[in-house]
Amino acid sequence: MDSFYHRWLAVWSRNALVWRKSLKTALLGGFADPVLSLFALGYGLGGLVGDVDGVPYIAFLTAGILSLSAMNAATFEGLYLAYTRMAVLKTWDGMMAAPLSLSDVVMGELLWMGTKSLINASLILLVALGAGLTTGWAALGVLPMAFLAGLCFGAMALVVTSYAQSYDFFVYYITLGVTPMILLSGVFFPQNALPEAIRLGSACLPLHHVVELIRPLLSGRFDWPLLTHLAVPAGFALFATLFAIWRFERRLLQ
Amino acid sequence: MSSLAPVIVRAENLSKRYGKECVVERISFCIRQGEFCGILGPNGAGKTTTLKMLVGNTPASGGELQVLGFSIPKQARAMRRRVGVVAQSDNLDQDFTVVENLRVYGRYFGLKRAEIESRIPALLAFAALEEKAGARINQLSGGMKRRLAIARALINRPELLILDEPSTGLDPQIRQNIWQLLRQLQKDGLTIILTTHYMDEAERLCGRIILMDHGRILTDRTPQELVRERIEPHVLEVYGAGLTAWQRANPLAGPVRCEQAGETCFYYGADLQALVKTLDGWPGVRYAYRPANLEDVFLKMTGRELRDG
Repeated sequence: MDSFYHRWLAVWSRNALVWRKSLKTALLGGFADPVLSLFALGYGLGGLVGDVDGVPYIAFLTAGILSLSAMNAATFEGLYLAYTRMAVLKTWDGMMAAPLSLSDVVMGELLWMGTKSLINASLILLVALGAGLTTGWAALGVLPMAFLAGLCFGAMALVVTSYAQSYDFFVYYITLGVTPMILLSGVFFPQNALPEAIRLGSACLPLHHVVELIRPLLSGRFDWPLLTHLAVPAGFALFATLFAIWRFERRLLQ
Repeated sequence: MSSLAPVIVRAENLSKRYGKECVVERISFCIRQGEFCGILGPNGAGKTTTLKMLVGNTPASGGELQVLGFSIPKQARAMRRRVGVVAQSDNLDQDFTVVENLRVYGRYFGLKRAEIESRIPALLAFAALEEKAGARINQLSGGMKRRLAIARALINRPELLILDEPSTGLDPQIRQNIWQLLRQLQKDGLTIILTTHYMDEAERLCGRIILMDHGRILTDRTPQELVRERIEPHVLEVYGAGLTAWQRANPLAGPVRCEQAGETCFYYGADLQALVKTLDGWPGVRYAYRPANLEDVFLKMTGRELRDG
């Protein structure tokens, strides 16, 4: 128990147990929603758009939807569910009355967010495989990437949660942060459709790099230089995690 | 309690400041094994902040604190492995059943699965929740929730149990029930610290009372000593429409202290029989003559003004 790994896992397994208890709705939400969008937009718009970057539109879109789903899973968990556990149900207080520190709680929560992104991404990957939208072993590489995306967007969401006084506060982050990022990161359309200045700016967005790495992997291509795309999401994950812990300590342990 | 029993909590000049406001101001006390110690005080006295410092969930601004020999907050995590905490607000896990609450909480202590499972039946029996083992938290009554919160705090077999207002918001019958459980725990050798603002609770349970106000310790002794030393032996409460007329007709004589609180007049003294006789049959007044209790001491020492928030 004295290893940090066991302490983080205790928090992780608490959340995993809750998830398992409501498996049906959890899977439906994480699975049906993105898959419906994928096929509706993919086939609906695909007919008008034709090929994008040399692949059918639906294959192009698969990478976008998979990245989006990984991000949404962690963002929702880090905002609404983490806030509920922190401020409404006081689950964190209970944990901190046991031999867990606040950083153990935050790290356990983050590991769970990474896991949830991983689960949702796996489901979409299975559908993509079944529908013949992806082939090759390289596609398995999207799984660790989805986990990293979960850590990154989960930690960013926790920073927002550390400032929240009610659920309403999250609208700012979603409207001003998440939505523009989705539109500018090449999820639904290639970025070369955007003006030069915006395209350069979007290189700072972690979702852009997640999409840029997942898209070639899904079409079975892997090149070492692609790994440079790990830097921005990993950097965001690291910085946001440290900042969130610092913020929560100021907020909860005063 | 034997003064040779090992020291469980030692606080020296413990202080907590928020900006310029001093919530706890240089308090010192020592709690020994087997003691049942109540921390009393009006709202804002610094009770909850003191408990928060004890479990290492907020750093002190000054002074020294040791719990079970661990230096707090530096070694708080190691200390909490051997301490049970029951918070003021029920923070039971609403997503789980009764038995899952115990199971998941045991994991926070790093207990092995088999170990936890072997402890659960006795805890369910202690909390009289065997029939409710599979029930969700929102299906439990207030008393059941509180019993579960106490049982959960015992999952690690603690040496010290800390409770923040354990019976606030409960029916009288349920409070009696909670008291019984706590008394049983003390009999089994557990050291217990609780905060409360119910004087009857403190008087019945605690062998020792630390009375706090404005962040300071006003007094620290047994409830019997407090009642004997800090207040006159008897109290006469008089109220009713005829109060003023009766007071005018019966001016106070002898060593009697009088306090007016709203519509009630409190008289404190060694022997108030003479005063009681004048009340007999006086129209429009009602009265109660009784021995002084801890609540009288509390009001005398902390004043009667309202403390909100």
